[in-house]
This record gives sequence, structure tokens and C-alpha cells, in this order.
Amino acid sequence: MDQIGFLESRQAVLSRRREIVADLLDLLPRGCLVHEPRELVPFETDAFVSYRRLPLAVALPETTQQVAAVMKYCHRYGVPVVPRGAGTSLSGGAIPQEDAVVIGLSKMSRILEVDFANRAAVVQAGVTNLAISEAVSADGYFYAPDPSSQLACTIGGNIGMNSGGAHCLKYGVTTNNLLGVKLVLIDGTIVELGGKALDAGGLDLLGVVCGGEGQLGIVTEATVRLVAKPEGARPVLFGFDSSEEAGACVADVIGAGIIPVAIEFMDKPAIEICEAFAHAGYPMDVEALLIVEVEGSEAEMEAMLASIIEIAGRHGVKVVKESQSATEAALIWKGRKSAFGATGRIADYICMDGTVPLGQLPAVLRGTAEIVEKYGLRVANVFHAGDGNMHPLILFNANDPEDAARAEAAGNEILKLCVDVGGCLTGEHGVGIEKRDLMRHQYGDADLAQQMAVRAAFDPQWLLNPSKVFPLEGRPA
Amino acid sequence: MTPIHEPLSEEAASRLVQVAALSKSPFVIRGGGTRSLHGLPDGADVLSARGLNGIVAYNPAEMTMTARAGTPLEVVEAALAEKRQMLAFEPNDLRGVLGTSGIPTIGGVFATNASGPRRLVAGAARDSLLGVRFVNGRGEVVKAGGRVMKNVTGLDLVKLLAGSHGSLAFLTEVTFRLLPVPETAVTVIISDLNDAEAAAAMATAMSMPVEVSGAAHLPESVRSRFAGGALPQGAVTALRLEGLAASVAVRSEKLIAAMTRFGAVSHLEAEGTRRLWREIRDGAPYADGTPRPLWRVSVAPVAGQQLVAALRLETGVDAFYDWQGGLVWLRMEADPEAALLRRYIKAVGGGHATLLRARPEVLAAMQAFQPQAETITALQARVKASFDPAGLFISPMVG
Repeated sequence: MDQIGFLESRQAVLSRRREIVADLLDLLPRGCLVHEPRELVPFETDAFVSYRRLPLAVALPETTQQVAAVMKYCHRYGVPVVPRGAGTSLSGGAIPQEDAVVIGLSKMSRILEVDFANRAAVVQAGVTNLAISEAVSADGYFYAPDPSSQLACTIGGNIGMNSGGAHCLKYGVTTNNLLGVKLVLIDGTIVELGGKALDAGGLDLLGVVCGGEGQLGIVTEATVRLVAKPEGARPVLFGFDSSEEAGACVADVIGAGIIPVAIEFMDKPAIEICEAFAHAGYPMDVEALLIVEVEGSEAEMEAMLASIIEIAGRHGVKVVKESQSATEAALIWKGRKSAFGATGRIADYICMDGTVPLGQLPAVLRGTAEIVEKYGLRVANVFHAGDGNMHPLILFNANDPEDAARAEAAGNEILKLCVDVGGCLTGEHGVGIEKRDLMRHQYGDADLAQQMAVRAAFDPQWLLNPSKVFPLEGRPA
Repeated sequence: MTPIHEPLSEEAASRLVQVAALSKSPFVIRGGGTRSLHGLPDGADVLSARGLNGIVAYNPAEMTMTARAGTPLEVVEAALAEKRQMLAFEPNDLRGVLGTSGIPTIGGVFATNASGPRRLVAGAARDSLLGVRFVNGRGEVVKAGGRVMKNVTGLDLVKLLAGSHGSLAFLTEVTFRLLPVPETAVTVIISDLNDAEAAAAMATAMSMPVEVSGAAHLPESVRSRFAGGALPQGAVTALRLEGLAASVAVRSEKLIAAMTRFGAVSHLEAEGTRRLWREIRDGAPYADGTPRPLWRVSVAPVAGQQLVAALRLETGVDAFYDWQGGLVWLRMEADPEAALLRRYIKAVGGGHATLLRARPEVLAAMQAFQPQAETITALQARVKASFDPAGLFISPMVG
């Protein structure tokens, strides 16, 4: 199997390991530096578990100033820095390397301010995604982006990856819900971008920091937009005889000008896996399932559902099942959101994240099935269909290196297919190391060179998360 | 006369910039020229996108369109209207307030991040922009983003280009997302609130699950200059609801019930709603043919009226509010009072102000855009250099 490479460790850093650890111990309060090899193990990977590297040390600062002090030190001595939120990246975005200091934000997990009149919250970067919604829920608000890992993942990690979720179809992804950040640059400079105003002045640096995968700086605080909770929300299950019909139905719903809050897709293997795990009441005699969530007043939900049911009828929908209670609705979402975890119980898997134009959904589903079959593997499809963001889960046996290599090859072929039909390699998980070496399939030399030049404007020495996103060959000297 | 270059293709634009890079001849980038805040600096040629004209692809079922940067906005909007779709962010038309002529282009809309009332809930132009093609200062043709809604593949250069005011690169093509035109719209009006009461009423409305898609406050001083003077007497606080007719009816009932405790409530039907919000979008009361200084100020929503109240104590101002109070259209009586304004913006929690208009000699002597902190200015300069190392593209956005 062709292993994904990392940059070679800087010998000058490795040979100074003891001094660096001693210096960092001086810079940080007690209990804020992890450096014993045994204690570094929990930081060696993220949710992309096929790759593991022990870092040189892990700094767990408590303040922005401490983050700045560590960055300034690392900048001065040429030590790579890998930012880390909760370590839930599916693309290896938080995997460290032997010569790198990990800066983990787990101790900065306070909600600093909730401002309902301005519909904004100011939070530290280590706050979990769900904690924000929970803090404002009683007052009738929520924070909209909802990645499946929202119980664990941090807002800092969400900003790094510009995370999405099931409800982005209506509310947008992280970048559309982020008003401002406090950002520490690699040299330790602290800058504030944006704030509670809707538009910030100057170049939209916030827009490029969001989704920068920790290469442009480390976010320590964020100002996020709060949204008033809808009056009601109702997920409805639509069962189809084929994945193609379900995919075509999605394109027709959107094409008719109907934008539900979410349209999630599951094929038969995914339905079976999730139902066994969550007992969500999914129909078992269908080949594909759409979870369509509508929200608003009773009248609005009824009107929207009637139109969707009519369109689904044209695609031979077999089952339409409305949730009858809040408990049932919660179960439907629990099944969907546990898809990755539930799949992990029955097999090892890698999860792809390509996005395709909606009209290409049926063709790409067919192509995915063919590719996976060619490699003698199985696939479960569960994804955000409303915005074309596909998540084929390729099942394999991690104890069999050949099986693992086949899964990786099949995954790469699927992603190339997504790009070839007008889509992209990753819709919400990020490039990380996982898709790094496919970047040239999507971008030409000038495109990548421009991105790398912007990266270098923030971090001229390429110290921040240096093994990620851009192919290791062809980087500027 | 300033030489104007109007390349007819992306390749031609690329060659033009490559040649200019050799001789270090700078450009000012223009679309339709309707949003120009400054005169032309000496010695710079105009690089115009107007020769790059036409819709490249429109896929209503995927709610995306690709158009060359110089395509007139009205051409884009006419094509969308045929399929009952629209740009979610309501791009404004600044010809009235700026006294400019010419035809707004779709590239100019994105290059200036020109966003109207629905920006409050649907995001700015930058949030609708999915992909771009551009020529950078090295004359290279670069693409960024794509044509799908969710895309985190590499750095989001699309956001950087949006609102860059021609400081980074010459946009040649834009791909953007669309929304269906709502079936109907109404405006709920609360009469005769002062600015502070209006801020409270708007905050309450935005906290309700009724999906307000526009929240503006028009003080008595400007009220008569909207809707041909047909709005009810006294200050007008306007809240827009859009969507399916059945749903709008239910939601407006709820909203009206909640707003009656603030003041007398009336409403506008669909046609009156369209006119009113178009006028709010374009700053209509200040399309007065004068060069009196006009600012667009972006602050936290409840800070808008605090800012104006503080300024009123020191100088003559006239103002109205969009974006729940977070966008202030602010007209000064005489001097732009930039230092005063910027000091008070800082005092109410920060934000920024753009000077849209002033007498030419005043404009020439000052910075239209908000000066940034030193650290950010330095970072912006490095980002600009990464696109345009020789500084070919002259723009007041990045010095």
C-alpha cells in the first residue's frame, strides 16, 4: 500500500527535543505540557486512524497569550506546530509528526459571552459545537452548523475545516455562520478579524482562515452567529426502490424551488447498519431512504411536505413515514448521526467526502457501486444529498494490508469521479493528509501555486500543520 | 483620456497583464464603474471587464449560474426571473447615491461584496459565491472554488476575492448559488418608534421563529422619501416576511401580535414590499444629487442607533438603518467627520465605515475604507503581494 507521506522531520528540532521541552515547561503553567512518550499516545492520531505519529510535545494552553508565547517560541526556533481541537478530523488534519509541537485547545472551553440582541456568541476555540447550542437553547436559539461529531468536535476545529453538517442546506456551513475570530499568527502576533458587525472591513481574511486547516494561524476565540430556533421541525422518511430514483428525486425537489432544512440519503447497507444500531424505525424493504426535514409553522411544513410527496410520487416512492412525536424525530436523527460509529462496529471503513452537482447524483452513485465492486469491496452510502455532499463508506479489513490498499485505491477513484463530473474532493471533512495527494486532480499548477502563495503570506516558513493539504512535491522552496 | 483596456477573453486579459507586468504599468480594475468610490489615480490605465460578457451556464435545477465577470447584472437577473430564481443577497444599485452612470456588472457585484437587506439572514454576496476564475498580477489564469454548494478543497480564495475591490486580481468569471423567488412577501410596519425603541422591536422580531428576512428602521427625517411618501406618519420600523403565502399569513399574524406592544402596526402587501425594500437596498433617500458626505457603516445590530445618537450630540447627521440596525446609511451635513465617526464606531464595539460619497477634493484627500490595525494592514499587504507581487492592481482597499 502506498503510504501517505509526511515531511521529513527536522533533525535540528529532534536533536534539541530536551531543551525544547524544558523551554516550553518554562513558558506554560503546570499541567499544560504533555511530553512523556506514554502520555503523548492519545495525541498520535485523530479520526483518520490509519496514520499515527507521536508529536514532540503537546501544549495545552489556558489563554490566548500562552498560545502566542508557544507559537512565538516555535517560530523562533523553527519548530513545526500542529493545532488540535478534539481530534475528530476524518482526513488526518490533526495528526502530528515527530518534530512538531501540538497546540491543543481543550483547556480553552468557555463560552465567554452570549448576546441575544445581536444574535451572537463569543466562545473560546475549545468549546464543543453542541455546547453552544445547548447554552442558548432555553432562550430559543441554536448554532446552525451541526457536524455528526458535534458532541465532541470543537468550534476551533470546525473553523479550521469549515465544517458542515446535515442542516447546512438551509443555514450554510461554518463560514456562513462565523462573524469573527481571535487568531494567533505563527510569529505569536494576535489579531482580531471581524466581530459582531455583519461585514468586516478590509480583505476577507476571516473567509480564508475559515477552512484554512490550521495552516494560517490558530484560532483561540470565535464570534458565531446564533439563529432563532424554528417553531417546529419534522423529519420525514421516503423509501425508494433504487438509489437512482432517490437521487433523481433530490434533484427534482431542489429544482422545484423547495429547500428543506436537510435532505439526507441512505442506501440499503447504510439503512441496515443504522437501524440495527439505533432502532430508528427505518423501513427495511427499500433500497434507498431519504430523510427530509422541513421546519416552520404547521402550515408551512404541511405545504412543503405536500409538494415533496407529490414529487416523490413521480419517482415511485414506496414508503412515506412522518415522525409522529419528538421522540420519533430524535430517533430518526440519532440513526443518521450514528452512521459512522455504527459502521465502525461491523467493519473498518474509510469515509469519502466528495461533492457533486445535484444532477450527477444518480450517475455518481452508479459509478461508486461499480468502482467498489471492481475492487471486491462493500460500500454503504449515507450523505447530505441536498447539497450533493456524498459520503460513501468503503468497508474493509484493516488487519489485511492488501484490503486496506484496495479500499484506499477505490476511495481515490471515487473522488476523481466526483471531480470529473464537476464536483470536488471534499465538501466538509477537509483535505488533511488524506486527500492531499489528489489535489492536482482538481487544481492546475497555477491554482495550487496561488493557494500556496496565500498560505505563505501567513506562514512564510511553512511551520503550521506543514504536512497537510498541499502535495509535498512542488511546494515553493 | 485614461487608456481603457477591454480584453475580450480571459487569454487576452492574461497576455495584457503579463505585458504590463514587464513594464510595471499599473491598472485600475473596473466592471461597469457604477460603484467607483474614487477617481482614477494618475498614470494608471483602466482594465475593464466589460468585454467579458455572457452567461456561461445556468442550471436552474442545481440553483447555480456561471457568468463572465462583465455580464450586466440586469442580464443575469432577467435570466433568473424567467425561472423564478434570484440572487439571495439582493445586490444593491449605487448609481443613485453615487451619481454614476453605466451598467452594473455581476463581477462588480462580487468584487465589492454588494449586499442588500436580505444579507441579514441569507448572507452577503461572498456567501453566495461558489467559484471564480481570475487573472492574477503575474498574468496567470487561476481558478478557485467550483460550482457545488459545499467545497472545502484547499484554501477558500473565493472569499478573499469577494469584496477585494480589484486589489488582488482581475475577475474573469464567477459561479454563484441562487434561491427560488419567494411566492409572496409582506412588510409589517410599526409606527413612530424612536431609534432605541426600534432597536428593541427589531431584536424581538429577530428572536421569534417567524423568519424575518429584512429589518429596517426609517426615522421620521427620511420616511417621506420612501415609497413616494406613502408610508404611514412618523418613523417607520419595517419587518419583511417572505415565503409561501399560507406560511407568510400565519407568520405575519404572529409577528403583528408581538409588535403591537411596541406601537401602532400596519402592513404593506407584496408590491409595496418590493418597492420599499428596493429603496432601502439602494439608499434611496440619499439619491439626492448632492455631494453631501455619505457613509455606509457596519456595526453590531444594536450598536447602530447608539452610534448615531452619540454622533448627533456633536455634528449634523441624518441616518436610516438596515440589517436590524447593523447597517447605518449615514449622511453628514458638511464635513465627512471621519475621525469622529471612527472614534465612535470603536466606542460602540467596533465595525467599519466606508465613505461612499463626498466632494471630489475631500474624497481625494482621504481614505474611503476603514483603516485596519497595523498587524492586519501588514497581513493584508502580504496577501496582496501573493496575488499581485508587483503591485499592478491599484485599489484603495489595500494600500
